[in-house]
Amino acid sequence: MEAFAALLDALVYTRSRNEKLRLIAGYLRDAPDPDRGWALAALTGGLDFPAVKSSTIRNLLKERIDPVLWTLSRDFVGDTAETASLLWPAGEAPEDPPTVSEAVAALAAMTRKSAPAALATLLDRLDGSGRYALLKMATGGMRIGVSSRLAKVAFAQAFDVSVEEVEEHWHGLEPPYGPLFAWAAHGAAPPDTANLPTFRPFMLAHPLEDTVVDLADYVAEWKWDGIRVQLVRIGGETRLYSRGGDDISATFPELLDALPFDAVLDGELLVRGTTQGGEAGGAASFNALQQRLGRKTVSRKMLAEAPAFVRLYDALIVEGEDLREMPWQARRARLEALVPRLPADRFDLSQVVEADDFDALARIREGARDDAIEGLMLKRRDSPYVAGRRTGLWYKWKRDPLLIDCVLMYAQRGSGRRSSFFSDYTFGCWDGDPDAGADLLPVGKAYSGFTDEELKRLDRHVRTHTINRFGPVRETDKSLVFEVAFDSVHESRRHKSGLAMRFPRIHRIRWDKPVHEADRIETLRALVRD
Amino acid sequence: MARDFAWIRPEPHGIHVVPADCWIDPSQAVGCALVTHGHADHARGGHGQTVATPETLAIMKLRYATCAGARPVAYHETISLPGGVDATYIPAGHVLGSAQILLEHAGERVVVTGDYKRMPDPTCPPFEVTPCDIFITEATFGLPVFCHPPIAAEIGKLLDRLAAHPDRCVLVGAYALGKAQRVIAELRAAGHRAPVYLHGAMEKMCRLYADFGIDLGELRLVGEADKDAMRGHVVVCPPSALNDRWSRRLPDPITAMASGWMRVRQRARQRNVELPLVISDHADWGELTRTVEEVDPHETWITHGREEALLRWHQLHQRRARALALVGYEDEDD
Repeated sequence: MEAFAALLDALVYTRSRNEKLRLIAGYLRDAPDPDRGWALAALTGGLDFPAVKSSTIRNLLKERIDPVLWTLSRDFVGDTAETASLLWPAGEAPEDPPTVSEAVAALAAMTRKSAPAALATLLDRLDGSGRYALLKMATGGMRIGVSSRLAKVAFAQAFDVSVEEVEEHWHGLEPPYGPLFAWAAHGAAPPDTANLPTFRPFMLAHPLEDTVVDLADYVAEWKWDGIRVQLVRIGGETRLYSRGGDDISATFPELLDALPFDAVLDGELLVRGTTQGGEAGGAASFNALQQRLGRKTVSRKMLAEAPAFVRLYDALIVEGEDLREMPWQARRARLEALVPRLPADRFDLSQVVEADDFDALARIREGARDDAIEGLMLKRRDSPYVAGRRTGLWYKWKRDPLLIDCVLMYAQRGSGRRSSFFSDYTFGCWDGDPDAGADLLPVGKAYSGFTDEELKRLDRHVRTHTINRFGPVRETDKSLVFEVAFDSVHESRRHKSGLAMRFPRIHRIRWDKPVHEADRIETLRALVRD
Repeated sequence: MARDFAWIRPEPHGIHVVPADCWIDPSQAVGCALVTHGHADHARGGHGQTVATPETLAIMKLRYATCAGARPVAYHETISLPGGVDATYIPAGHVLGSAQILLEHAGERVVVTGDYKRMPDPTCPPFEVTPCDIFITEATFGLPVFCHPPIAAEIGKLLDRLAAHPDRCVLVGAYALGKAQRVIAELRAAGHRAPVYLHGAMEKMCRLYADFGIDLGELRLVGEADKDAMRGHVVVCPPSALNDRWSRRLPDPITAMASGWMRVRQRARQRNVELPLVISDHADWGELTRTVEEVDPHETWITHGREEALLRWHQLHQRRARALALVGYEDEDD
C-alpha cells in the first residue's frame, strides 16, 4: 500500500501531464501482480465496494470525534476520505501495513454490518497517506487530476504497447486485468474480446471554436440532443452502452431485440416526439429522454408513452466485418445500405446537412435553437473511426448559449480543487417587478465559468455578505448579479420557479449591475422549448 | 459572575479599550493603537499614536516609511494608559516582535494574543502562558484536521528534494514577514550553508531581522544572480510570486509553499504547489486547545479564523466562549 499511497500523493501535487504519465507508468512497471491491476482499477474508477459508502466513513469517524467538529472539518476540507485520513486517531508509524491486494480483498469481503469494524482495523494499520489511499480506493472518485484515459496512456507507455490496443481489450476485462498485464508485461497472447459484446471506445470531437473548415473535406450532421449510445450485438447477444461505456441495456429493453443481425452501431438515443428538428425530426426534447434515464426497471406505460429509438451516426462493425479503418464516406454508404434492414420504429438515419459553403452552414446552425438541436457535427469525409479525440477529424459546433441575468442567493463550498472556497452558487430570477416587492426564486446552480482570481473574490463576497447559515449553505444578501449562460431551459419540479436550465455556467460576474435590473422568471419561461 | 468587562469592547474594526480610548490592532486609523505584531492585517499605518515592541515599530516603519507617535514598549514592561488601564507586552512566539497584550483594569485581566504559536521559532522568544479572566485568541487553524508537524521534518523534505534535483532550484513561497526568515533560519539550523536566493520584496525585511541579531547566513538577490548559479539552491519568494511571470527567470523551479494550509491536499493543489511544506506561524488545533486549558480563563473570546469549531470545543469542555465578528483579518497566505 505504501507505493500506491506515495503514487497518489505524488499525483496530487503534479501538474505536468508528462510527469503524471511517468509516475503512473513507473508504478505499473515496478509494482507486483495483482497489486498493480487493482491500482489501475482504482485510477480508472473500476472498483466498487458496495458495503463501504461515504456514510460508512462518516459514521465511523463520528464515533471517534464530536459530530459537529467532524462536519465542520469535512466542510472545510471538502473531501470525506481526506478529512477522515487526517482525523483518524493513530500511532506514528504503524507496523504491518496491508498490501493493495490485501486491502481490496478485505474491502470486497465487507458487508454493511462488518464494514465499520473491518475498515477501522485496516485504518489502524496505515499512516496518513495510506489511510487516504485506502479510503479513496474504497469510495472511488480520486480527484487527483488523472482521467481513466490518462491511466490507459500510462499503461501503454509503461509496457510500450499502443493505447488503441489497450482501449480495445480493456472493456472485456475485469479488474485486476490479469490477461491485460499478461499480454503487455509478460508477452502473452492478447486477450480475446472480438467475440464478446463489449463496448468499443467512441470516436469523439473537438469543439470547433474559431476553426473554419472546407465543406469539400468535411460533411455536416446535426448534433442531436439525446445521449450518445453504442448498440452492440455479437454472437446474438445485444448490449446498449452509454458514452462512458456503462451498460444501460436494462433501462431501454425495447432496443435489445431490435437489431436483427450482429453489428456495432454508433448513434443518438432519443425518445419519439415532435420537438427536435421539426419536420425532419420526430424526436422529443432531452427533457423527455431524461425521464427515462437511470431507471433499473421500466414500466409498460413508460415504454408506450416514451418509446426510445436510435438515430444512427456510424457503423463500426457489421456482421463480423470491422469497418473502423475505412474512411467515413465508405462507412456511411454501408450504414445507409443497412437502414432498410432495420425496424423503422427503432432506428433512423441521422441526415447529412447540405450547405453550399461554410457561411451557409453557419446560417443553418443559427436555426438550431428553434429546432431544439444542440448544434452541428463536422466530420472529415476520409476520417477512419478512431478511439478518443483526434485533432482535425471531427468537430462539434454547438449553437451559441442563451444568457440571462440572475441574482446570487445561496453558496456552498466546493469539492476537489475548489474545496474550502464558496464555489457552488444558487441563483434566482424575480417573480415579478422587484421594485413592487417581488421575490427572487431559485432557477439554477452553477459551479464553473469563473477564473481562480474571480473565485477568490466571489468567496470573499459570500463570506462578507452572509445573512444566514443553513448547515454548509450560506444565504447571501442578494446583492450580486451573474450573467448566466445555459444551453436550454425546461419545465421542472426541482426548483420552486418550475424551471431548470441545462448546463448553466457563470458567463460574467456583473459586479456593476444593480440587482433590480436582473431578469424575471417570465423572461426565462419564454425560452422553454418543450 | 457579575463582571461584564464593559471596559473592553469588541467592535467590527478592532478591540476597543474604552477607559483609555485605545484600540488593539485596529483595521482603520485611530488616535491610539496598541499593535500586537507587524503583519499588515494587524498593523496599519496612520494612527495618532502606536504602542508596540521596538521590533514591531521597526517593521511598521519599514512598511509605511513613517510611523508617527511611535511608543516602544519592551517585553514584560508595563505601561500605564489613561483611565487606569495597565498594558504589558508578553512574547507571543508568532514573528519577530510579536506580543500578546495583557490589559489590567480594576482588578480584571484581559489577554489579547494577536497571532501566536507554541512551536519553537529561532526568530522570536516563545509564547508565555499568562493567567487572565478573558483570553482573546485567534483561531486561524481552529479545526481538528490541522496538526502542524515538527518543522525539522518539513525542512528535511525540502533538503531531500533539493539534493535529488541538483539541476533545478526549489522555490519556496513564504510570507515575507516571519515565515521567510524562520524557514531560512531553520535551514541554517539543519546545516544548510549554501547561499539562499531572495525575491526582491524580501530583502529589506531579512536585513531588518539581521539588524535585530537573527543570523540568516548568506543571502543573495535573484535579480542580481545568474540563472545557472541558482541551480541546486533554495529561492524564497512571497506566495503571490509563486505562479507569477517573475519565476520564469529561475532554473526549472520546484514549487514549494510553506504554510499551515498545506496540510490539506486540495489546498496545495489550488496553489499549484508541488512540494507542500506544512510550516505555520499560527497555533494548530492542539496548540489552541492546550493553550486555553493552560491559561484557563473565565471566558475565551475568538477573534478570527475557524471560530465555529473552537466554540464547539469550548462547549464540549464546559468552557465559556464567544466569537467576535471582527473584519479585516486575513489569513490566506500563512
